Amino acid sequence: MKYQSVFDIIGPVMVGPSSSHTAGAARIGRAARLIFGIEPTWATVHLYGSFAKTYRGHGTDLAIAGGLLGYDTDDDRIRFALETAEKHNMKIEFIEDTAATEHPNTARIKLGTKDSSMELVGISIGGGKVEITELNGFELRMSGNKPAILIMHNDRFGAIASVTQILAQHEINIAHMEVSRKDVGKDALMVIETDQNVDDDVMQVLEKASHINRVSRLMN
Amino acid sequence: MFRNVAELLEQANADSISISEVMIRQEMDIHQRSREEVMGQMERNLQIMEEAVERGLKGVTSHSGLTGNDAVLLQQYMAKGNTLSGHLLLDAVSKAVATNEVNAAMGMICATPTAGSAGCVPGALFAVKERLNPTREQMVHFLFTAGAFGFVVANNASISGAEGGCQAEVGSAAAMASAAVVEMAGGTPEQSAEAFAITLKNMLGLVCDPVAGLVEVPCIKRNAAGASNAIVSADMALAGITSRIPCDEVIGAMYRIGKSMPSALRETAEGGLAATPTGRRLADMIYGITKGKE
Repeated sequence: MKYQSVFDIIGPVMVGPSSSHTAGAARIGRAARLIFGIEPTWATVHLYGSFAKTYRGHGTDLAIAGGLLGYDTDDDRIRFALETAEKHNMKIEFIEDTAATEHPNTARIKLGTKDSSMELVGISIGGGKVEITELNGFELRMSGNKPAILIMHNDRFGAIASVTQILAQHEINIAHMEVSRKDVGKDALMVIETDQNVDDDVMQVLEKASHINRVSRLMN
Repeated sequence: MFRNVAELLEQANADSISISEVMIRQEMDIHQRSREEVMGQMERNLQIMEEAVERGLKGVTSHSGLTGNDAVLLQQYMAKGNTLSGHLLLDAVSKAVATNEVNAAMGMICATPTAGSAGCVPGALFAVKERLNPTREQMVHFLFTAGAFGFVVANNASISGAEGGCQAEVGSAAAMASAAVVEMAGGTPEQSAEAFAITLKNMLGLVCDPVAGLVEVPCIKRNAAGASNAIVSADMALAGITSRIPCDEVIGAMYRIGKSMPSALRETAEGGLAATPTGRRLADMIYGITKGKE
């Protein structure tokens, strides 16, 4: 079941005017920001389908910029997010993309600093609820509003077990987990949604585990 | 976890509890939260809805200038005392409009189930409140009942205009409000389901065709229609009228109708009212003005 909580239906509390095109867009932007971990200096946002056709009317651009600045759906500052991004020297470009996508409300966000970059695809499925469907070329399915850790690792036996063991030792319960890889023995991505936020000390242990390349997290 | 309305009613009847109580217990159970936490969060949503209505009734205008102040007009008209459709119904309409006018002005609202359809539930609630004098707790329960039905729609059909048209948004919202009005008025869980089915049936096929892509025209007036539809259908269900097509099947029909709608009528601002000569002229005007400002 896509929707698990009554507060997905009665909620979120948000700045108008559209739950999918404003609140959902803010959540996709915010997820990108949180996974990237630091404020990006640039972002290129491809908008597809209904997002592309109506983003100006819905303030989708303001909302995604707000999300990239770390704002939540009920943050009044969303209305001035583009000006604020400019003040932060964050360059954001919006592209109305005509490519066909599976979902009508799709956004592809490429973002980065001069040192590193990241690419994420999010869909806004209704009522402010979103799913992150792609990260750096890996397909995944993540709600973006639950705490989560994302682990880039080598596709080797034992990599998953070592991660889950560390989580178990720290008494962190896994709500949902997905693993995908580009090819046998190559780069792989683990996405683990958890019931509680994952603390710094656990992150440090995870980073040192064997076959783990990079760890990032989403805090709630 | 209940997957459809039939299971929702089954759970309510098995434990002899209301629909809102089924929803509250499920939320506590699945998310491991206390009753106080769950009730508290919904109370905050109620508070936001109340503030939005208050703000809208004072009069707001959207950034585009397309909409605003109709809630005020309605209240002034009602104050004269000789309305045709009666005070309660127009009160619901004005409060639904107030909420969506605030939403269009990028104000703070609570999505129910979406922002574009955020007026139906509070519109019906705050109008019926004047007649039924519920406690604060009963008002919170109202939102859980509405949420329980919305939960079924979201998981079995859609609450997104881009996926299912306006029937998925205002249609769902109005039907949710209707079911909740029935519970607050003392109806049975079955009567809530009948009210839901009757309301949604009357909204099937409604397309999503926002002028200039803004959640303003026709969205705000559709919330007015949704709120009144909710209360009329609630009265029908309370009178003992039933829907020949069961609630879950109506939801299924809504889903399939949405699937067969062309993309032009699903929140792309390419068809319907958005594609009328006036709709296009307004769009040009608004974006012309915006560009001029830059």
